[in-house]
Amino acid sequence: METAVTKTGTEGKIWGGGNKPLSSSYGKLMMWFFILSDALTFSGFIAAYGFSRFKFIDSWPIADQVFNHFPFLHGVDAPMYYVAFMTFVLIFSSVTMVLAVDAGHQLKKQKVAVYMFLTIIGGIIFVGSQVWEWKNFIKGEYGAVETKGGQILQFLDKDGHRVALADFAASIPGSRVQHESKNGIWFSSEGDLPSYSIEEIKKGFAEHKDLLVRTQVLTEDGQKTVLSREASLAKLNKDGKLVVEGANLIHNEYGTRLFANFFFFITGFHGFHVFTGIIINVIIFFNVILGTYERRKSYEMVEKVGLYWHFVDLVWVFVFTFFYLV
Amino acid sequence: MAHDTTAHQHESHTGRIWKVFGILSLVTIVEVFFGIWKPEFMDARFLTMKLLNWFFIILTLYKAYLITWAFMHMEGETKGLRRSVVWTGIFLICYLIFILLTEGDYIYEVFKGGYKSWDF
Repeated sequence: METAVTKTGTEGKIWGGGNKPLSSSYGKLMMWFFILSDALTFSGFIAAYGFSRFKFIDSWPIADQVFNHFPFLHGVDAPMYYVAFMTFVLIFSSVTMVLAVDAGHQLKKQKVAVYMFLTIIGGIIFVGSQVWEWKNFIKGEYGAVETKGGQILQFLDKDGHRVALADFAASIPGSRVQHESKNGIWFSSEGDLPSYSIEEIKKGFAEHKDLLVRTQVLTEDGQKTVLSREASLAKLNKDGKLVVEGANLIHNEYGTRLFANFFFFITGFHGFHVFTGIIINVIIFFNVILGTYERRKSYEMVEKVGLYWHFVDLVWVFVFTFFYLV
Repeated sequence: MAHDTTAHQHESHTGRIWKVFGILSLVTIVEVFFGIWKPEFMDARFLTMKLLNWFFIILTLYKAYLITWAFMHMEGETKGLRRSVVWTGIFLICYLIFILLTEGDYIYEVFKGGYKSWDF
């Protein structure tokens, strides 16, 4: 199959540029160059994640306790299922992509168009799912307290179930109000205040005698340490400093700050790849519909964008393993 | 090579594609199943890592192999192209992982040794 460029008149002349290095067309070779370098970028991210994880090997958040949401099952503990669904969507969109490439080899325009369309739909479902996952992650569910040293304290009842801050926080009237720019000396304002102040949490915790504190530290059998009632009170009153609800790049209620940072960067970078992949797929889809490749008698462009799309799937396989499984 | 022949002579590979899809799905289901089950006998450690985690990583590499070979059609490329992509990647990534994980483990030991206070 020829490349997309017009003929140069050097076909067959080895020293005139007529031979293909590695029997591969220029476009495909360049796509492989790009994929390899992009793979190294992703490895850099994932290896850095591994570095931070090894650094905090005995206090890293447990994925099952963070990603346990499923649509329409509010409050049900459903670890893994949603991300497994996302993985299936992406693998399936890879399958439709490779079917499109296969149909392209046989110059079946209609089939290529249908499979490309399905691939685009799969990509959109995947990105949408990722947005939903981010929304849950950023919003948080229970809230936690950060200590002076940046450690996260979470709250449990005596059965070991998580308790939300709203369920036990005391109400102290007249505590801190949001600072607005109209009250400032110059135009300054502050970010959203948490719903409760640390004093309200401390007071509420003291009043609810059955509550316990769970720290970040992992025990021998890989579970988070739950302190006794006395130790919980002492820890919260002595070290508790900041109320954290949900996650951002500076604080997160799930544990080590780096966990949220890497989650945002790696899944975000991957999501960006999926997004660009969808856009390129749409362009190629319209080219197929318009018959560009039909006239060219070559569907190699579909093959090249297919390589990129499979690469995105390949990266997700690793992200899935290192964020959700291991 | 397959793409050197004229386009009309290409035979369809749909059978193989669906087979690979079946294997990939099966492996993912096994992973999710083990991720929820977390069997105790896989808590044993090999090279400081749990057997369960090794199991996941090996299955992941197997999936990566299938995607690259079957879907990205690496099996149809020349040996030269295959090796220059795969070995370059594998060598550099292994090197990076080795360096960073060793360093991460060292910092963990420093924290643990009490040279720096962090849990307060």
